[in-house]
Amino acid sequence: MSKLDNIKTDLASKFNTANYKFVHAFGDDVLEIPKEDILPVLRHFKASQRFDFLMDICGVDYPTRQKRFDVVYHLFSSKDGSRLRIKCQLAENDWIDSAINTWVGADWFEREAYDMFGIKFNGHPNLRKILTHHQFVGHPLRKDYEADAQQHCTEPLPIHFNNEPGVDGSILNDRYVPLNIGPSHPAMHGTLRVMVELDGETIVRANPEIGYLHRCFEKMAETHPYNQVIPYTDRLNYCSAPMNNVGYCKAVERLLGVEIPPKAQAMRVVLAELSRIIDHIIAVGTGGVDLGALSAFFHLFTYREKVYTLFEKLCGSRLTVAMTRVGGMAQDTPEGWFDDVLAFCKDMRGQVDEISRLMLDNKIFIKRTQGVCPVTATEAVQWGYTGPLLRASGVNLDLRKATPYYGYDALNFDVPVGTSGDIYDRYLVRIEEMKQSIRIIEQICKNPPSGDYTIRDKGIVLPEKKDVYGNIEGLMNHFMLIIKGLRPPAGEVYDATEAANGELGFYLISDGSANPYRLKVRPPCFAIYQSFPSVVKGAMIADAIATVASMNLIAGELDR
Amino acid sequence: MNSADGSVLAKPDQSLATQSLDDMSRAYAFTTRLDDLVAWGRKNSLWPMPYGTACCGIELMSVMGPRYDLARFGAEVVRFSPRQADLLLVAGTITEKMAPVLVRIYEQMLDPKYVISMGACASSGGFYRAYHVLQGCDKVIPVDVYVPGCPPTPEAVLDGVMALQRMIAKHTPRPWKDQWKSPYEQTR
Repeated sequence: MSKLDNIKTDLASKFNTANYKFVHAFGDDVLEIPKEDILPVLRHFKASQRFDFLMDICGVDYPTRQKRFDVVYHLFSSKDGSRLRIKCQLAENDWIDSAINTWVGADWFEREAYDMFGIKFNGHPNLRKILTHHQFVGHPLRKDYEADAQQHCTEPLPIHFNNEPGVDGSILNDRYVPLNIGPSHPAMHGTLRVMVELDGETIVRANPEIGYLHRCFEKMAETHPYNQVIPYTDRLNYCSAPMNNVGYCKAVERLLGVEIPPKAQAMRVVLAELSRIIDHIIAVGTGGVDLGALSAFFHLFTYREKVYTLFEKLCGSRLTVAMTRVGGMAQDTPEGWFDDVLAFCKDMRGQVDEISRLMLDNKIFIKRTQGVCPVTATEAVQWGYTGPLLRASGVNLDLRKATPYYGYDALNFDVPVGTSGDIYDRYLVRIEEMKQSIRIIEQICKNPPSGDYTIRDKGIVLPEKKDVYGNIEGLMNHFMLIIKGLRPPAGEVYDATEAANGELGFYLISDGSANPYRLKVRPPCFAIYQSFPSVVKGAMIADAIATVASMNLIAGELDR
Repeated sequence: MNSADGSVLAKPDQSLATQSLDDMSRAYAFTTRLDDLVAWGRKNSLWPMPYGTACCGIELMSVMGPRYDLARFGAEVVRFSPRQADLLLVAGTITEKMAPVLVRIYEQMLDPKYVISMGACASSGGFYRAYHVLQGCDKVIPVDVYVPGCPPTPEAVLDGVMALQRMIAKHTPRPWKDQWKSPYEQTR
């Protein structure tokens, strides 16, 4: 009995499932239900503990349909790693019940769906714009909004607390001191903005404002062929760009139904784990800078440069590599590359120990981070935390173990789990993960698989240059693929990988044309950052800075 | 004072040479125009304010970091306050939401001030021809040097800094600076 059948019988005992639709396509379980039943069904799934995570809520626009929008809920179970997608159709001026009382983490996802599509959620305490600026008119991800129709913003938004639900945030409290931090502030990583009300140095309420780096990734993806989206994915989490390439290509490949050769899988795993190391270097290094420790930053960045050198050797590019292609990799590894990686690992192993001595054994660092702004496991699951932050809170969930891909199940590595979910634990988990990544890389590089680095399907992968310039078939193949583009069958998948700071999901809808019909990214730090006001409430202002640093917020994927 | 040949240290005039005059000129006489001297000082002590918003900001960290080391160019002290900086390094995409903030930062900087636009996004919007991306930060503030690349290599950024140093040393006229008005003046 399949999982979907299980769900079917389970729901049939509680609900009138006559007009429900159960679909199993491209390996995903999908449930289509009318909008009145959304909230009861979600409640039921949560109460029966069948699904404990609400990973994402997003909209899809079908302008020719009578009920124009699809509202899509992505559920995930940490017990068996199963997923379920719930969809319901909604007309233009219709309402749907908000899931915020079931999962608090629905807050920002629903606001985003409202901002991008104009989908209205009944009972959401604070349904306001989130990514576009306050003078923006319209809903940009609707199909009838032109991708390049810019609307200028002429004045910065004054300090306000309107993002906090249930209060009139334009009125500031006389008893407290309002303070604006960012978006251009060294501790706010360039694009984050936090407005706080202070009682002395204690935070009474905090209000994050995002969208300062909303670069319209999803709209750009809709207007570009599949392979040309890869450079855009690089710029989502630019601290660990190759991981985003891998995640996106994996989703497209699943839609196409192809499996990449072992060599390509090994290259992707090595690239992803190297990226995890440099991402954690940024998190630990700049986290130290935010607490006033500059030496760790200089120390660690030496090693970041060494990884960049490896990337440069592989493909000529440093930060944004765009190294994967749908169907494999762009090119083969140069001679001796795996040995270079091994040499780096040996170097890095000692370095990680030194950094943990330099930072984690530092008395000031311990005092600033231990017991500061802890997040319990229940809260973390409620908010939709994933990755190192979830594990620091004590939940043992790693997609590399829960739903293994690219041969992770054959590799030996441990998943570090924290206990208290405070800032100190988050750094501990990251440092330990760097060691585990080194272990993974060493296992692969000691015995790299041979064979081709890409599949050779003429409808998906460009021919090699010697064929393009050497024979007519290669030339025609190249032209056809460039002009027509690769065309996956119509359908949709949700595919997730374990990125450096959590679950990076790509929800991809294809209508059979050369461009994705819709590409929704589920960025890990979007769900994490929405918990910020409640996490720092009652803490000191300096603790808020430490919290922002430990969350490893990457604006590129936060705002997309 | 001899400014024609542009030499920095004075050559002692042999016909009038006395020991004391010679000593004095060797000690502290500079034969150059005052503004040349000032420009020389300015170009060698840039205080950058990194306005890193995105990927370029990460690459800018590499420029500041141990291997590429921007400090070698006298641009050592990274200031996060516009009042203490004379070089605005716009590194990363400027969105419509961010543009008014950028203008305010630029206005708060004291003269003389210079702007380097680092990377494709800051210079032209890059490959984001999109509804929420400003198509180049020169739409709102005047830019002295554009560094191409997405993101530029650290070498390219250092080259951009050196290009700016040459411009400062040569007093290259930048008329767009004098004509600059805040694009939001009408609305304020």
